[in-house]
Amino acid sequence: MNNNQTTRQPLPSLTGGVGGGSFKYFPHTSEDLQEMLQACGVSSVHDLFADVPEAARFQRDYNLPDALSETDLRLFFEQLTSPLATQQLICFAGAGCYDHYAPSVVQNLIERSEFLTSYTPYQAEISQGTLHYIFEYQSMIAELTGLDISNASMYDGATATAEAVMMAWSNAKKATRVLVSETLDPKVRRVVDTYAHFHGVPLQLIPAKDGALDRDALDRELSEGGVAGVIVQQPNYYGIVEDYTGVAEKVHEQKGIFVINANPSDLAILKTPGEWGADVAVGEGQSLGIPMTFGGPGVGFMACTEKLIRKMPGRIVGQTLDNRGQRCFVLTLQAREQHIRRQKATSNICSNQSLMALYVTIYLSLMGKEGLREVAEMSYAGAHTLCDKLIATGHFRLTFPDKPFFNEFCLDYDGDLDALLAEATECGYLAGVKVGEKTLMLAVTEQRTPEEIEELCEILNK
Amino acid sequence: MEEFTTSQIHSTLPLEGERGGGLLGRRLYGNLIFELSKKGRKGYSLPQDYDRTHTTAELPAALRRTEAARLPECDELTVVRHYTNLSHNNFGVNDGFYPLGSCTMKYNPVINEEIAAMRAFAALHPLQPAETCQGALEVYYNLQQSLAELAGLSEFTLNPCAGAHGELTGLMVIRAYHEATAPSHRTKVLIPDSAHGTNPASAAVCGLEVVEVKSLPDGTVDVDHLRELLSEIGPQVAAMMMTNPNTLGIFEPRVLEITKMVHEAGGLMYYDGANLNALLGECRPGDMGFDVMHINLHKTFSTPHGGGGPGSGPVGVRKGLEQFLPTPRVVMENKEIGKGEAPASSNSLIFTISHSQSAPLSVGSFFGNFGVMLKAYAYILSLGREHVKQVGPLATLNANYIKERLRDDYLLPIQGLCKHEVVFDGLVDKSTGVTTMDVAKRLLDYGYHAPTIYFPLLFHESLMIEPTENESKETIDAFIDVMHRIAQEAKTDPELVKTAPHNTPIGRVDDVLAAKQPVTTYWKSVESR
Repeated sequence: MNNNQTTRQPLPSLTGGVGGGSFKYFPHTSEDLQEMLQACGVSSVHDLFADVPEAARFQRDYNLPDALSETDLRLFFEQLTSPLATQQLICFAGAGCYDHYAPSVVQNLIERSEFLTSYTPYQAEISQGTLHYIFEYQSMIAELTGLDISNASMYDGATATAEAVMMAWSNAKKATRVLVSETLDPKVRRVVDTYAHFHGVPLQLIPAKDGALDRDALDRELSEGGVAGVIVQQPNYYGIVEDYTGVAEKVHEQKGIFVINANPSDLAILKTPGEWGADVAVGEGQSLGIPMTFGGPGVGFMACTEKLIRKMPGRIVGQTLDNRGQRCFVLTLQAREQHIRRQKATSNICSNQSLMALYVTIYLSLMGKEGLREVAEMSYAGAHTLCDKLIATGHFRLTFPDKPFFNEFCLDYDGDLDALLAEATECGYLAGVKVGEKTLMLAVTEQRTPEEIEELCEILNK
Repeated sequence: MEEFTTSQIHSTLPLEGERGGGLLGRRLYGNLIFELSKKGRKGYSLPQDYDRTHTTAELPAALRRTEAARLPECDELTVVRHYTNLSHNNFGVNDGFYPLGSCTMKYNPVINEEIAAMRAFAALHPLQPAETCQGALEVYYNLQQSLAELAGLSEFTLNPCAGAHGELTGLMVIRAYHEATAPSHRTKVLIPDSAHGTNPASAAVCGLEVVEVKSLPDGTVDVDHLRELLSEIGPQVAAMMMTNPNTLGIFEPRVLEITKMVHEAGGLMYYDGANLNALLGECRPGDMGFDVMHINLHKTFSTPHGGGGPGSGPVGVRKGLEQFLPTPRVVMENKEIGKGEAPASSNSLIFTISHSQSAPLSVGSFFGNFGVMLKAYAYILSLGREHVKQVGPLATLNANYIKERLRDDYLLPIQGLCKHEVVFDGLVDKSTGVTTMDVAKRLLDYGYHAPTIYFPLLFHESLMIEPTENESKETIDAFIDVMHRIAQEAKTDPELVKTAPHNTPIGRVDDVLAAKQPVTTYWKSVESR
């Protein structure tokens, strides 16, 4: 950043310092400016700010760098992405963000400017492209989660979970709290805690036992009544696939709702939230092939049963007909939303992550029924192979033995974990995420080759 | 997939005569991807040489789904054509003039997309050690600082993913501040009745009670009413939320008085950055007395709207409130080292990730929409000091020019200067029965996106036009000509306007049908046939 403050340049009298035609994003020539100012009956663009009190005027130049040409801009970012400044590591980390494969087509198609540069599809007649793919997206999310209704997307998995907590709270008649499993990702829990604190929703943490939700503790809480909802994760934060048999029934007995935060990529194989009896499924859709991009943009998703549709936050696209009798799509049930209901809306969300919903839709269209299963099988196989090999080194043991996991798992290390991770980084590997003093959490996707798995084991065999 | 059949509803058929094949109708395409699916096709390729010792069949049956997800099965070209054709039924800024008031549909520079797609950024895991991602952290830090300078505030968080998310975050910061400094009962938020619905909705999510401040007939805040409210409920007021220029595109002339009054009552001033574009180069929210604000990077800083996101809604605060911002934030440890240089060792890191705060506040899993931030920062660097200050004046000039040239045919309810957008109250001649909705739909026929309609709520026939600084005089003149022509058509052939659009891929849609028995998935639509 250039920190030299400069003084304002002398201004040409007519246009007040806004010269014409001098910058690629501004089309105004000096001639245009003169004609337009004349039509407005002023002599300088600054006269158009005559209604701004003097004391509120910004009288100096911004303390910002000089403009960069396109050539210099490229150079600048090339420097920032040089291996010294930004290192691409072979990724065995997960914890909510996964390095999955996506066909080249996906990125290419979402960059089409008709999708990229359009607004929220309020003008249905010229927004069928967006409305159409959101309808497809909703169908795919409903199918993956085993629920009836999906909205058009949320910001991320964490805020989608927080919205589900508020949904449970507003749905309850005489509840006193919402129960949250300790095996929920702590980053998600922080967001849930934040929203609940300000929204006034009392939360109760249900402890974990051996890396899974303590069912006895849950039953004790449920037996006391007054529960608006129960929030769990599948696979849970530690990668364990939990058995939620019987939870839904008990939650429903007291008219609460059961919310599962799920990893949609795994839902090709795993029992769906709908099959577990959940009323709401939420989660992060990044695992559906979206590049990690330092954690965003991904896409939050939310699905629910038909019964809860009017409690659902966010935009929903519905099918209808136009005045020519054609099938078409339109934003619907808008009476739930902020621009109509103001403070009585189900949520304040407006813009969501529409383009990333398109990403997921195209990804799922290409991968399809078989592809998503293949991704799940490969990730599962890779993770279990890596786990076997690391345990065989004698330096690691399963943190939660005898618990089934999918493609992410925790191991306890018998040495200095920080030093080990630093060494892996030196070798170009992101060996996982440290989740305890001695505990390393590793994730494997279909992107990791047998050679990479082998090499990581060698590096970690210390 | 055997259960899929080709659509029975012939939405793909081109229409007869002049009513079909307009600008957007050159290739009508109505199939759902599910209807193009055929068992056995695939659109991906994955390596087959992996260790298959373990398979998911090891998992207990009780943990597995009973039936495979009915996802489509398509070859690659089918998918490419499907989504390419769908894009033809859309209208973006690159297709034509997009005068959507309050949405700031400015040009989305292509170079920014190139930068955001750079492999090194795309492949970054958010939990990578800070020493391996100094380049990304530098962008993050510099954007925080640049926004602070542009806003006249002290510090920014880039965590929120959209404007509404930023609003909510800003209000949380305000509540955290009140909770920490003087545990009081400041649970009310003052919001002008002309405000966008998102303001009260964000307040409600944040657990605040909304109290409306009346507007004067000219659309600006009724300062006398504000004074009354403050004398009644001052000690309960957490904040006042304001948009300036307001939702009518008018600069609030008494803004300094308003911020002073609210501060005296112990409340904070929240600035809704929705209309910030007007002010770039001319004034800064911090200098007007605002304490907390959000910026929509997808409005003012040129990142694409993407059909409804991903956006980014950074939140800034004045000095003294920094510790209430959500985390993570990126901080600069060693300000001596120049840009682009790698640190000599991890002990001399320039940029680090901070989780320190005085109240636990978090609004997302990771750092926010980093991909969007890259675009916004590239935009700020492209404009630089010298061109950023032209944004507000040029946007404002374009809007005032439209105002002056349309006021003969369109009713201008508020005289005087506007800022970056202008609001009309429908046609001057109301005798034809042609409404703002009709004018908007007729504009689609002429190849324009419609302005924002029926907002603000202050007028019955609001038509809100925001041209942005990127539009040329020729583009604006052509738009003005079409607006005049529609006003003529309203007199000579009102039916033509009332039944518009005629040249779009579809006609006016049946909203009531959509809401009556909602069909929101393909599965439901198959059932309901």
